[in-house]
Amino acid sequence: MIQLCDVTVKAGDFSLNGISFHVDSGQYAVLMGQTGRGKTTILEAICGLRKIACGRILVHGCDVTHALPADREIGYVPQDLVLFSTLNVRQHLEFALRLRKKSAREIAERVGELANVLGIEHLLGRNPAGLSGGESQRVALGRALSFRPSVLLLDEPLSALDEVTRYEMHDLLKKIKIKSDVTTLHVTHSVEDAEVLADRRLTLVDGQVNDL
Amino acid sequence: MNDNISTSSQAGAESSKTPTIIGQRSDAIFFLVMGGLSGCFILLIVLLIIADVLFTSPNEFMKALIKPEIQAAFRLTILSCTAAAILSLWVATPLGYLLSRYRFPGRWLVDTIVDIPIVLPPLVLGLSLLILFHLKIGEWELEAWLRDRLGFPVTFRWPAVVLAQFSVACAFAVRTMRVTFDQINPRAEDVARTLGCSRGQAFMRIALPQAWRGMIAATTIAWARALGEFGPILVFAGATRMRTEVLSTTVFLELSIGQLDAAVAVSLLMVAMAVVVLVFLRFLGTGLNV
Repeated sequence: MIQLCDVTVKAGDFSLNGISFHVDSGQYAVLMGQTGRGKTTILEAICGLRKIACGRILVHGCDVTHALPADREIGYVPQDLVLFSTLNVRQHLEFALRLRKKSAREIAERVGELANVLGIEHLLGRNPAGLSGGESQRVALGRALSFRPSVLLLDEPLSALDEVTRYEMHDLLKKIKIKSDVTTLHVTHSVEDAEVLADRRLTLVDGQVNDL
Repeated sequence: MNDNISTSSQAGAESSKTPTIIGQRSDAIFFLVMGGLSGCFILLIVLLIIADVLFTSPNEFMKALIKPEIQAAFRLTILSCTAAAILSLWVATPLGYLLSRYRFPGRWLVDTIVDIPIVLPPLVLGLSLLILFHLKIGEWELEAWLRDRLGFPVTFRWPAVVLAQFSVACAFAVRTMRVTFDQINPRAEDVARTLGCSRGQAFMRIALPQAWRGMIAATTIAWARALGEFGPILVFAGATRMRTEVLSTTVFLELSIGQLDAAVAVSLLMVAMAVVVLVFLRFLGTGLNV
């Protein structure tokens, strides 16, 4: 469960005041709203990359308001993906697992499982520079899911994809939703994405998040 | 549709005529001015090297290079420049990263202080080092403390050469590392932190591997700067033959005793060393386009 209680975030001249909403455990929530209204800021606040001025953020009942991003156990796929240029696809999937000092066998099993679900087995030795938009999306998604986070934050993950790849990603995200039961908050502009994927639709209007 | 037919028929009629030549403008003036001004500088440098080469002969060049004093200076130059460059990289990497990534109180002051060795007259830097090591605070003096307590005298010895070279070389290395980290997307480190990295781990695992070309460039630039250092070394380390003499001071010493041939030979040796460093940079493709 993700819960924001009266959260205020300030970023230069921009601010979001008194944001409150929650996403239930296992729910796939889609957050919509116009560009520049602060959707990404909300995601960054939840995963700890943006300090909040006041309020509280709870993840599965734990107060993570002042926790470091590393301690929040939240999977995050940013809009610009930000794949690591010095790592290949396999190393991306292994990255969080190595940090958690998993055994070689556990890492190999998890990487194999993820590569199979994401359909990127043939890409494991490739570097990010050689990947298409859809392939990069899958790798970023795999990297965020690798350590089995209880919460997944997706920042417009399908915005730069062609129609066919977008439909493929819809199927993939639905498959992940069923398989992992991860609580997901997905930011998008696309009504279609929301219709296909969302259990719940939220909208950010006038600085407040409401059910649509 | 009719418009299209008439347009294509007109085009057909026009193509049978001799084509009209539209006013021919030329970029020749542009290239002439730009190339001419740039060429003046290139020509100056090439002429300087040619003049040095013509001034000496291979025999005199070799005769100068087999002098024990010059060989000792060559060895000390290589060792001290390498030590100064490695020290510079150790300092420049964290400092360049901090200046690139964080907005902290007094950042502008740190940024300005880093530039001081670049703008300070070299002799002043040497004099300042000398004063620092010999400034008496009550009965205490840094040089005396290092010499008597640690058995590591600095002034007018080889450590002074390294320190004088480091003081300037490090400033250039910091600038290079800062630009390097500016060009690396900080978002990658942010994402790494959501995956479980501390800031330190994000730096070591994500930022540093991406910065390797910049680190090589910073080391090489620091090495090259250290090679050319003269003023601070002369004041702080002196120019004692076989002890604190580096190639830049060799040129000065040979000139001062009227050995112009030897001075030119050593200068050519330094030119060759600088060229090797620059070719090394280009070979590594540091993106600095040197």
